[in-house]
Amino acid sequence: MAPTPPDDHASDRRNLDWYVDRGMRWIVTVGGVSAIVFIIGIFAFVTREGFPFLFDGFEAGEFFGSPAWRPTSEPNPTYGALALIAGTASVTGLAVLSAVPFSLGAAIYIAEFATGRTREVLKVLVELLAAIPSVVWGFIGLSMMNPLIIAIFDVPVGLNVLNAGLILGLMAAPIMTTIAEDALKAVPDAYREAGEAMGATRWQVTMRVVLPAAKNGLMAAVLLGVGRGFGETMAVLMASGHSINLPTSPFDSVRALTATIAAELGETAVGSEHYQALFTLGMLLFAVTFSINLAADLFVRGVRRG
Amino acid sequence: MRSSIVAVLISILTACGAPQSQQGGEATTGGRVVIQNKGSDTLVNVAQAWAEAYKQVDPNVAVAVTGGGSGTGISAMINGTVDLASSSRKMTEKELQAASARGVTPIEHVVGFDALAIFLHPNNPISEITLQQLASIYGEGGTAEKWADLGVKVPGCDSDEIVRVSRQNNSGTYVYFKEAVLGEKEYKLGSRDMHGSKDVVDLVENTPCAIGYSGLAYANEHVKMPCVKKEDGAACVMASEQTAKDGSFPIARPLFMYTAGEPTGALKSYLDWVMSDVGQCIIMDKGYASARDVTCPG
Repeated sequence: MAPTPPDDHASDRRNLDWYVDRGMRWIVTVGGVSAIVFIIGIFAFVTREGFPFLFDGFEAGEFFGSPAWRPTSEPNPTYGALALIAGTASVTGLAVLSAVPFSLGAAIYIAEFATGRTREVLKVLVELLAAIPSVVWGFIGLSMMNPLIIAIFDVPVGLNVLNAGLILGLMAAPIMTTIAEDALKAVPDAYREAGEAMGATRWQVTMRVVLPAAKNGLMAAVLLGVGRGFGETMAVLMASGHSINLPTSPFDSVRALTATIAAELGETAVGSEHYQALFTLGMLLFAVTFSINLAADLFVRGVRRG
Repeated sequence: MRSSIVAVLISILTACGAPQSQQGGEATTGGRVVIQNKGSDTLVNVAQAWAEAYKQVDPNVAVAVTGGGSGTGISAMINGTVDLASSSRKMTEKELQAASARGVTPIEHVVGFDALAIFLHPNNPISEITLQQLASIYGEGGTAEKWADLGVKVPGCDSDEIVRVSRQNNSGTYVYFKEAVLGEKEYKLGSRDMHGSKDVVDLVENTPCAIGYSGLAYANEHVKMPCVKKEDGAACVMASEQTAKDGSFPIARPLFMYTAGEPTGALKSYLDWVMSDVGQCIIMDKGYASARDVTCPG
């Protein structure tokens, strides 16, 4: 038998409900902590796999300054990631340029102008857009946009920055719209009422009162869209042309960091220098997306405090 | 990534099923022998066809085939996780060193031949091409950037730019093309690096400006194959099973299976069967050339 509990009341409470409470509390805590464990675990794994390369074979000048990504060249492999970084940057940049006007427009309409059924239907549709698998987007880029771009712009191949950028813009737009709409909704109605009471039109209220009040949240929306674009793999792999180039026009084919990892990792001997170099690309991606998300989070916090 | 996960799963499964013998490699599960075969994507279709047909020959032997690339297969063979590595290229110096460091003596078996066909859009008027021209198109420092540099005008290709279609840098096809055509030189940057032989053919088919290379087995009626000359004065040879095998086609390569040490037992019987008339007719049926002369029915 267990020793007599010091407190009678405490032992009274140890019925089924007490155990359920304790158990559930424990499970929920594990769930909460697991996010931290996973993120640290992933970071440790990616770093561990890529680390040997950083000390042996890694030359920052070559990595960031040379476009020559020739990891399988014998006997002198070169690991220049400049073209890959430029590829990712150009595609993401174009994606943001094309997605921002549409998603801000959509968010403003849904939050400020649409009412009743229209609003609900639009919200659901935008969320549905976010649920389309990226390989389907890639397929659209490959089989629809490719011939279209060739026909319209008279270029030899339609798999390029323009194609991947537009596809990625479409993919990032629903996320931007949803978060931007939340940011607009977070602006207190009193602001709008005050504006309207002073005789401002609906549009004037939106432009001069609501948008400035929501600017941090809108910034976060754009940043999270950028993060989405930066990390996207499949659609970019399919639509960008997968070609090592420093792009000088939207019609150049490029290759993204993510696509390079996806295309090469499966056929690389585990632990080889090439494998480690790919993980170094992974570290770079991780660092950038982490900074973007952190920045977005700080902006949102700015909103809550303000 | 996916294939390596599959490989891990398979090795876990076989490890659970029965103790894996270090020498022969193949695992036995209740009297049933499982041979692990991994490697070249070029050979994966053939390897699967062999594995399928071998079920009828010896129902007690199962051959599990996974792709992943020649390099992946060879390193798995060195590490002892597979019994048989299919490869579309010879083992490199580095790989041989890695093998001897682990005390493994790789044995090479030539199981067939492949010809690397050059593919052009049907609009392209070029009907013969030299290795030197290919090198000036694909190789670093090569001067051919426009089709006009080769003296032709391609209808439908207004920009006149040569769109180079290539493979991702760890495919055996990529490595072999570099070795056979570019020699010591590197590839020019800016080629479209496709993730499979079929993608190469698809892109060339839809792009008048394009040129690509792939295994002969992937040719179809929508692309044009020029004959290839070793040098300017040499005879122009069409890629075919025959010219691949007799060595007259300048970019033909042997296809290999590697075993760790001399094969024994079930593995030996399997390889003997692969080299038999039946096995060799299967590889011919898949569009490659056989390793030795055989006459196949139909």
